[in-house]
Amino acid sequence: MQEIRNYTMNFGPQHPAAHGVLRLVLEMDGETVVRADPHVGLLHRGTEKLAESKPFNQSIGYMDRLDYVSMMCNEHAYVRAIENLLGLEVPERAQWIRTMFDEITRILNHLMWVGTNGLDLGAMALFLYAFREREELMDCYEAVSGARMHATYYRPGGVYRDLPEQMPKYKESRWHKGKDLAQRNAWREGSMLDYLDAFCADFPTKVDEYEELLTGNRIWKQRTVDIGVISPEHAKAWGMTGPMLRGSGIAWDLRKKQPYAKYAEVDFDIPVGVNGDCYDRYLVRVEEMRQSNRIIQQCVAWLRANPGPVIVQNYKVAPPKREEMKDDMEALIHHFKLFTEGYCVPAGETYAAVEAPKGEFGCYLVSDGANKPFRVKLRAPGFAHLSSMDSIVRGHMLGDVVAMIGTYDVVFGEIDR
Amino acid sequence: MSEPTSLARLLAERFGDQLVSVTESVGETTIEVLPEHWLAVARTLRDDAAFAFDVPIDVSGVDYLSYGDTEWDTSDVSSQGFSRGVEGEGPGRFRWDDRPRDTAIPRRFAVVVHLLSLERNARLRMRAFCADDELPAVPSLVEVWPGVDWFEREAFDLFGIVFEGHPDLRRILTDYGFVGHAFRKDFPLIGNVEMRYDPDKKRVVYEPVSIEPRVLVPRTIRDDSRYEQAAAERKAGK
Repeated sequence: MQEIRNYTMNFGPQHPAAHGVLRLVLEMDGETVVRADPHVGLLHRGTEKLAESKPFNQSIGYMDRLDYVSMMCNEHAYVRAIENLLGLEVPERAQWIRTMFDEITRILNHLMWVGTNGLDLGAMALFLYAFREREELMDCYEAVSGARMHATYYRPGGVYRDLPEQMPKYKESRWHKGKDLAQRNAWREGSMLDYLDAFCADFPTKVDEYEELLTGNRIWKQRTVDIGVISPEHAKAWGMTGPMLRGSGIAWDLRKKQPYAKYAEVDFDIPVGVNGDCYDRYLVRVEEMRQSNRIIQQCVAWLRANPGPVIVQNYKVAPPKREEMKDDMEALIHHFKLFTEGYCVPAGETYAAVEAPKGEFGCYLVSDGANKPFRVKLRAPGFAHLSSMDSIVRGHMLGDVVAMIGTYDVVFGEIDR
Repeated sequence: MSEPTSLARLLAERFGDQLVSVTESVGETTIEVLPEHWLAVARTLRDDAAFAFDVPIDVSGVDYLSYGDTEWDTSDVSSQGFSRGVEGEGPGRFRWDDRPRDTAIPRRFAVVVHLLSLERNARLRMRAFCADDELPAVPSLVEVWPGVDWFEREAFDLFGIVFEGHPDLRRILTDYGFVGHAFRKDFPLIGNVEMRYDPDKKRVVYEPVSIEPRVLVPRTIRDDSRYEQAAAERKAGK
């Protein structure tokens, strides 16, 4: 009889379904995976060490670059950790803005996820549709911060500035003019809140379109139903959070259980799965998009009715207004000190977590009283999820490994940090 | 949500001498455990229904070298003027034996574990200082929570903390063949080696770094009367 041996194969780091720079060493028995050994760290930039060498505020921009698909949620965890130690009370309007942008970020992330996961499993069209809506939300990022992705919008004590009164419009060009231009600018006549209202009214129909393409699709179901089943006990023991945990039927969401910002005051539901397979996690994420849409609508309504400050009026941590600096010596000194030295955070340690789109994103911050953090440890949900890879894909086929990488929603910015 | 104070009391009652301390600050509970009790305490925290910490959230190494040190002398003026903030004893410029002053921290390396209980909706931070500064080691918690596997590998990779009993303690984030432990405070921010393509040898070569370490913003500790007063009031309240 012919001797059959297992063989080892390299999956990635340049494989398009590896979602970035995952190198997966797979021991195969024919088409079946015997052992999976993910090699991560190819995108390790030492963010945590860099943060130790900079004043607190200068690291906010690095947080965007961790999970570069859910930028503002990462910032949120970091600024919450600083606020915990400083004992800062964030103005109400800033908290509503943060809630709104966290949910915008969640939709951005899930759109990216549903698009690329579809692409991995053979559904090409969805990717293009998902990016169409992403574009509309990225414009909101751009309108408040000037950057489409790496916003650096959240600051300890609030947010950088208030929402714009006028949503930026497309200008006439050789390619966009007349009717086409008017159609592109249809939502942009008013403020950013008007724009978001129009988006939210439209978005559920777009989600219906995605579901039309996937939810009942035979190929999609063949690739995801009963693939990568995670039991609730398994999910807990491996430190899973977010949709990975909820897909296994555990109704755990920090926004409900340990509410931060204004989540205690908005009305939304937590979708949970039943079987804990890839298909359930897909359904959970799609429903989360609909729920995020609901939250955004509530935030828009509140923000429209309640103007106010968006950052603390404490010049020890937040810079004074430009106008004030022109004729107020104190304000000028505060500004100078804040931007040269930064502020000192009282000695202590804290762990602040937010429900990021991928799961619990946490920031463990140790301060020794200096103007720079002593140690920052960022707890990335994807890191914990990916570590369970081997225990889940054993016995699956090679094609299911791709489905599993997709369902983890891995982004190497946060895993490798 | 349960009262945090009741959790602290419960911990002190249940574990007694096994804990070095139970502290609470900014609404979070921290216990400090000796490495020899590390595994036993972890197992009880998971299995005892009164705690039920079933989700391992995070494992983090901390290097307390240079804790509380500054790079800038803000009080004294020399004949050359004020300190420029670049000649001080910042991280990476001294060894543990020559550390500038004693701090309240007893040991150099600590392992910090964050736990979450879904059932009780509670969080707990658990810390152990490694007994030996030269070869820091604590027992591995993989058998209690399999999810700490990669987190412990990360702490080993970046801090050189050895987790005894870990089934697969390899480097995880740094490069294959990396030398040193990058997140230790005496490891320079710019690293020790740089890499370039050598056209003569027709391969990538590693060389010692050619740039000097720089401090852009010196590390400063300001004694803020507001925090001092708050701390004093907290102490008086107790």
